[in-house]
Amino acid sequence: MSTIVSLPDQSTAALPKRNYLNAEHGLLSWLLTGDHKRIAMLYLISITGFFFLGGAFAGLVRLELLTPAGDLLAADTYNKMFTMHGIVMIFLFLVPSVPATLGNFLIPIMIGARDLAFPKINLLSWYLYLIGGTFTLTALVLGGVDTGWTFTTPLSTHYLNTHVITTGLAIFVAGFSSIFTGLNFIVTIHRMRAPGMTWFRMPLFVWSNYAASILMVLGTPVLAIAIVLVVLERTIGLGVFDPAKGGDPLLFQHLFWFYSHPAVYIMILPGMGVISEVMANFSRKRVFGYTAVAFSSVAIAVFGFFVWAHHMFIMGVSNYSALVFSLLTMLVAVPSAIKIFNWSATLYKGSITFETPMLYAFGFIGLFTIGGLTGVFLGSLGMDIHLTETYFIVAHFHFVMVGGMLMAFLAGIHFWWPKMTGRMYPESLSKLAAVTTFIGFILTFFPQFILGYLGMPRRYHAYPADYQVLNVLSTAGATVLGVGYLLPILYLAWSLKYGEIAGPNPWQATGLEWQLQSPPLTENFTEIPYVDYEAYDFEWLAHKQKQEVTTVG
Amino acid sequence: MGISPVLWQFLNKWLTSSALFPKEASTIAPYADALYFFLLAMTLVGVLIVGALVFGFSLRYRKERSPEATQIEGSTLLEATWTIIPLVIFLVTFVWGALLYFRIYNPPANSMNIYIVGKQWMWKAEHPGGQHEINTLHVPTGRPVQLTMISQDVFHSYSIPEFRVKREVIPGRYSTVWFNATEPGVYHLFCTQYCGTLHSGMIGTVTALSPDDYQKWTDASTSGMSLAQNGERLFASLGCNQCHTGDAGARGPNLAGLYGKKVQMEDGSTQLANEAFLRDTILNPSSHVPAGYKPIMPTYQGQISEEGLIDLVEYLKSLKTNYRVQQTLTTATSTEAAPTTPGMVKP
Repeated sequence: MSTIVSLPDQSTAALPKRNYLNAEHGLLSWLLTGDHKRIAMLYLISITGFFFLGGAFAGLVRLELLTPAGDLLAADTYNKMFTMHGIVMIFLFLVPSVPATLGNFLIPIMIGARDLAFPKINLLSWYLYLIGGTFTLTALVLGGVDTGWTFTTPLSTHYLNTHVITTGLAIFVAGFSSIFTGLNFIVTIHRMRAPGMTWFRMPLFVWSNYAASILMVLGTPVLAIAIVLVVLERTIGLGVFDPAKGGDPLLFQHLFWFYSHPAVYIMILPGMGVISEVMANFSRKRVFGYTAVAFSSVAIAVFGFFVWAHHMFIMGVSNYSALVFSLLTMLVAVPSAIKIFNWSATLYKGSITFETPMLYAFGFIGLFTIGGLTGVFLGSLGMDIHLTETYFIVAHFHFVMVGGMLMAFLAGIHFWWPKMTGRMYPESLSKLAAVTTFIGFILTFFPQFILGYLGMPRRYHAYPADYQVLNVLSTAGATVLGVGYLLPILYLAWSLKYGEIAGPNPWQATGLEWQLQSPPLTENFTEIPYVDYEAYDFEWLAHKQKQEVTTVG
Repeated sequence: MGISPVLWQFLNKWLTSSALFPKEASTIAPYADALYFFLLAMTLVGVLIVGALVFGFSLRYRKERSPEATQIEGSTLLEATWTIIPLVIFLVTFVWGALLYFRIYNPPANSMNIYIVGKQWMWKAEHPGGQHEINTLHVPTGRPVQLTMISQDVFHSYSIPEFRVKREVIPGRYSTVWFNATEPGVYHLFCTQYCGTLHSGMIGTVTALSPDDYQKWTDASTSGMSLAQNGERLFASLGCNQCHTGDAGARGPNLAGLYGKKVQMEDGSTQLANEAFLRDTILNPSSHVPAGYKPIMPTYQGQISEEGLIDLVEYLKSLKTNYRVQQTLTTATSTEAAPTTPGMVKP
């Protein structure tokens, strides 16, 4: 039972004459496309734009925090900056990042389908996303919003006169984009798998996106309800959250976190799917314990719905409900631990190479381990009292979302870049970017754990001078991190024209997508394949290639 | 080779102030830190194990040394191991954390009570003896202190990192937290819940004083009227004593000795007469009608400030007999001073 893989000679490779990129020309052919791959590219461009916008806000926040006094920005400008950073990064980057780009591009191909179940709804969801994005930009141009991304009532309903309604509508609309994407994935995965593609032959990337889709479809409507109630309370004075009218201000937080906790799994699960693919491929081995990894995604999705009140341990919820939510929080940590160990074990007896996607995946494993375990600090009731609402939360969240999710996103973008564009990215430069990102990340966010335990509250425009040293370190790290994120956009854009031609399967990977030309045809498959092998079956691949050689020879 | 003076200053500052952990200044702090160190150890071990696996396998099974991959399905035994061991550790953390939580949020019976009112963007403290403070809090060491807190506007959060305690301050609802300061000193007080423009300005200091110094401070800063005395005055001026006379046939129930008792309500339920109950009955009387009484009390929502409510609550807590209620009643009726439609009254 062993596999030898030799990478194909790429000097003879040529871009296929006909592919989804050159099938049609002109702007309209993109804007009215039903092709899941083109929509994925539209998403990729738009979320990259919003990522750098959100990053710019983060840069201003970090610059302000370089000194203890609030000297660079006015207090309300600072508040608007961190609010916009959160809203843009979460609703316009992290939520759609992997599912709407890589998921959109790959899920139909991975399961052997020609497109998603509802191509037009897929396009609609991109337009909804754009409308949401435009509303957010409108709110920004009109003067911004300073509720924090959590929209806590009664602050958001009665005490601020910034553009809460515009932003609320933006999130409401963008939410529907996410619901439609989820719905599309669920239907596609249930109904459109190629013959022979059983549930347990699907790549783990599909499993994790499936789990995330369930969360999107079930969770997002609750956010929409919460946002609509805030808007109604602001406009017509509905008294749902206003204590003066007999409303309950805590109710908003219950509704908000009922979505927003599962939302972190919406964000991280597809990233975990990317890591499974990358780890398997660069160890040339099937993922250790495929079933456990697949079911752990589902377990995270299920448990993820029952832990929301762990955001409210100090809010005066009853002690006994706090107990239940803390216990469930501990349980939801277990599937993530399983994944980490299974990925590590995948390396065992592999034949490992260290291309850029693998470096990002290692970065993910390291940072997500820290991010996940510090989540246990916060799930532990008594510890949460001291740590919540401080920089510890900020650090934990960024370790999971940036250290975890963004690393996974970049791993995936590099891994599938040859498939999406037909060209390779420059390997040594991208390795440099991966290492820079990792170092910059640690330097930015590790000091924030210490700041948090020292008690520095988050969302502070000015802070006592004793916290300055750690803040300076963090800002310095953010600069390095910024460079780490700018590099890929430059060399990936460069590679569109000048990158080496990739050929159909530069990684010698097993997934169905790698058995097609790069970039694929608009219809993906000229004939729907019959799948008679499991995911990550490198022996099948070796066998197939031997046969091809024999046939040609 | 000279080190940059700025850098030197930073290093020096950091090393001398050893800014990794806040000072332990309450009886809770060592308990919180113990759990923190356990969790740190857990993280360290976890990261080391994962790191050893990833780096070890990467070195041993890199392509140069291991040109052929051996396909392995998985191992139920191994997977069960790394499911159960983390689960057990997490459950230990859960129990430990829960014990700490109950310790922090269940005040001892003998604790002294201080009221905190949060508003954009200041902290007001009301001591039972009538001392008022803004953005500071003076407490004695060696004695449990309970804070009963409420917000006048949005959510705030009262955080004293050196004591390792924090609690959300909620609009329209009392929340409590307690601590027992061990070391005299001046500590950070933060609002940690984002509360609008000057959120970062809603900070102050908590000064822990030795019992002697505390006594000196209380004597020096009293306003002459205790909270209960303020409340008594308010009780009379709002005309509460018109109905709550304490007589058997009065329109309102007898309030003397009410605090801490279970009250039989008109709808058949029983409610504990604690601070929150007393406050709610003033603001929202129609939903708190005791058995045998009619819902005739008007609401005082928007007419009494949060501090005024605290005064009334303190007064009612201290009310043991109705002697003085009836005294003030006769005075009030004889001069007809009690307002028929009470306006906004501030203490």
